[in-house]
Amino acid sequence: MKNILTIFRKELRSYFNSPVAYIVLVVFLIITGWFFTSSLFLSGVVTMRNVFDIIPFIFLFFIPAISMRSFSEEKKSGTIELLLTKPISDLDIVLGKFFAALALTAIALAFTLIYVISLTFLGKIDTGAIIGAYIGLLFMSGIYISIGIFASSLTENQVVAFIISFLIVFALFMLNKVLVFLPTSIASILEYISIDYHFGSIARGVIDSRDIIYYLSGITIFILLTKTSLESRRWS
Amino acid sequence: MSIKIENLTKYYGQQAAVNDVSFEINTGEIVGFLGPNGAGKSTTMKMITTYLTPSSGKIYVNELDTEENSLEVRRKIGYLPEQNPLYLDMNVLDYLEFAAELESVPKANMSKAIKKMVDICGLGDVQHKDIGELSKGFKQRVGLAQAMIHEPEVLILDEPTSGLDPNQIIEIRKLIKHLGKEKTLVLSTHILQEVEATCDRVLIINKGEIVADGTPDSLQHKFKGQVEINLILKKDAIDKELVLRAMSSIKNIEKARIFKEDDNTIHFHISGSKGFDAREDIFRKIVSMNMVLLGLHQEETSLEDIFRQLTSSK
Repeated sequence: MKNILTIFRKELRSYFNSPVAYIVLVVFLIITGWFFTSSLFLSGVVTMRNVFDIIPFIFLFFIPAISMRSFSEEKKSGTIELLLTKPISDLDIVLGKFFAALALTAIALAFTLIYVISLTFLGKIDTGAIIGAYIGLLFMSGIYISIGIFASSLTENQVVAFIISFLIVFALFMLNKVLVFLPTSIASILEYISIDYHFGSIARGVIDSRDIIYYLSGITIFILLTKTSLESRRWS
Repeated sequence: MSIKIENLTKYYGQQAAVNDVSFEINTGEIVGFLGPNGAGKSTTMKMITTYLTPSSGKIYVNELDTEENSLEVRRKIGYLPEQNPLYLDMNVLDYLEFAAELESVPKANMSKAIKKMVDICGLGDVQHKDIGELSKGFKQRVGLAQAMIHEPEVLILDEPTSGLDPNQIIEIRKLIKHLGKEKTLVLSTHILQEVEATCDRVLIINKGEIVADGTPDSLQHKFKGQVEINLILKKDAIDKELVLRAMSSIKNIEKARIFKEDDNTIHFHISGSKGFDAREDIFRKIVSMNMVLLGLHQEETSLEDIFRQLTSSK
């Protein structure tokens, strides 16, 4: 636990030591801000709906961008060897990096609370749905991040890591959009695997244990895959 | 004993990077792995530090198996990997604190341990700078400080002086020599002077196998080949043929030839059989022929010759 925290602090600090964190935060806020104000002023509706609808799309790019460096950079500069010969387990390293990326995402989401607060002055908001949406977004980013970190552990090239994680996330995200073309027997399975399907119900304020289990198991799978990918250096 | 390696083998694909190597390193020894690039030095070190696992064979660090007790072993080892990788965006103190935390240095001792390393490695002036801004010599010191922050019993340094300028090399060597007093220290290099300057013991590695093992002196002794003597005579009216014949007649001299000739001097190359000093006989012979001796010098087999002899592809 202590080791996870050590890695977590170091990772979070290095996000803010580099321009990456600031750039993605600013871009994220500009895009969400545009969708927020356009719905507010153009259609005059007091809702977070548009913002919550667009965030999963922004995260398709945002999260691969912040997680791509987590292992690729260490592999490229060789610091991975330093890290893996310190007396901490591989899993601690993966978890430390996972939670650091999650924290950065949470910070980005926290900025959007400004929109929620300003809405409360204008009308009645659906508090339950908004809380649900934030919880859903956090779980969703968890899956995205675990995929991003896994992709990053596969290569020392950050661009390749970005593309791999984007492709996996995009495929999982788009699964429930292509269901109409598929036989119903497969469709229900694919629908369950789809990230967006589970977000849909949470965003309505319904927190279902099935959705939580889906997110947690997805995160676990990709974190274990990352750990395995780190261990693969020992295989011969 | 500190490190014990039994029948260590490591394959990369089909190729054996380390091939059935066994040796022991005693507590307090400074051991140098010497070998050409790609000989298996780094691979061996990576296996001792548990970064890689052996294809077969065992490594024990303080009686602990590196595979079964990986975390315990890592606690006892301080490691400076090849190329000295560092987090360039961190400043020196933050980085040392990070390393200390990972090595489970107790919170109460943390600042003391960091201060000690800053002092020993001479990082006082740069401690608040980002590592990326430092010169290569200072980076190397940071790498050493990071490796020793938890006062490990075993220190493993992979090419600690590569890429440094001559002044920095001397400083880092001094530092290593100083540190090595209390620890078991293994360092690798392909620079011969380095081993001669710092190590108690040399393991010469070539193509994944140990080809020589001993102190620098004992290796020189053991691998003494033919004795080479340079003889310089003044050129006034000497009979070259006569000299050559005279030299050849001396016991244990196998061959004499003219090596160089200029206006005033003639240089002879004389080779004698192993372990025999023929200088006295040569001197007497020259004097008896009434010639002027300008130089007489016997070449010792250097570690460099041994190294070439053992590692040049046969």
